[in-house]
Amino acid sequence: MNAPADQANFAATLADPLVINGTAYRSRLLVGTGKYRDFAQTREAVIASGAQIVTVAIRRTNLGQDANAPSLLDALPPSEFTYLPNSAGCYTADDAVRTLKLARELLDGHALTKLEVLGDANTLFPNVRETLKAAERLVADGFQVMVYTSDDPIIARELEQIGCVAIMPLASLIGSGMGILNPWNLRLIIEQSKVPVLVDAGVGTASDAAIAMELGCAGVLMNTAIALATDPVRMARAMRLAVEAGRDAFLAGRMPRKLYAASPSSPTSGLIA
Amino acid sequence: MSFDLVVNGAAHRLAAQPATVGDLVRALNLVGKRIAVERNGEIVPKGRYEETTISPDDRFEIVAAVGGG
Repeated sequence: MNAPADQANFAATLADPLVINGTAYRSRLLVGTGKYRDFAQTREAVIASGAQIVTVAIRRTNLGQDANAPSLLDALPPSEFTYLPNSAGCYTADDAVRTLKLARELLDGHALTKLEVLGDANTLFPNVRETLKAAERLVADGFQVMVYTSDDPIIARELEQIGCVAIMPLASLIGSGMGILNPWNLRLIIEQSKVPVLVDAGVGTASDAAIAMELGCAGVLMNTAIALATDPVRMARAMRLAVEAGRDAFLAGRMPRKLYAASPSSPTSGLIA
Repeated sequence: MSFDLVVNGAAHRLAAQPATVGDLVRALNLVGKRIAVERNGEIVPKGRYEETTISPDDRFEIVAAVGGG
């Protein structure tokens, strides 16, 4: 047993929770539950990721099918995870609000929700005008809104002023795996925001997640990067480690960049020749 | 006598006309499933299934949670 290392890890995670609207979460990695081979793989990957918050979509239920067919809720019981229902696939504020109200009813009044209103079917770029409208209505109705948006700092500020509990800008387009394309905008949003800023969309591999966290993001939300990896369970683990490593690096404060230092890490005196 | 009711955007044939949303949920084998029901665009809370009566021209949406990002 390597007790000293285990205890150090434990203490570090306890001391640095992700706090969303007053609720503390141990994991800063949030994961989606779509695109997996089956529910068994979904569960295995989610557990490997260490995520406590999992996103789900709301869709018409199948009618006239086997009542005992397995469901997502069997694989990921709401007693074990915090569900974050989304409005994915909605293109208007009306549809998004309607979908999320159904989600709240379905989850017995659970008010934490991921708002996303899309503007374009090819790029899945958010429609910020509709997003702002939906956010106002949801916040007024008592929802805790984590909002997917563009990386425009002005829109991000307006969403925070409306009362969203987390701002979730894209790093690049949904499902693209293109990584962190505009770290400077993300930095501006992180600097100005008093609520957590999470990168939502665009992460392709572990280094992308680490970069997001090193920028100072409070967390990362991803789905495709894990689900479409050749080995999703191993990638889920990689993402957990990357988010933890990136967070620690951010908190530790990196050394300054220098073109060259002429300052070796080993002593310059006492050489034998 | 069978009965057609619009559920999830299409006419759905039921063995008999359900009197209440509770009857409809039973007829569709959805008892105990985690669902949400909307009747003519308004949510029917779980606690009101038995008291919410159904008219033949009502339109229902019944949703569940599925995998998604």
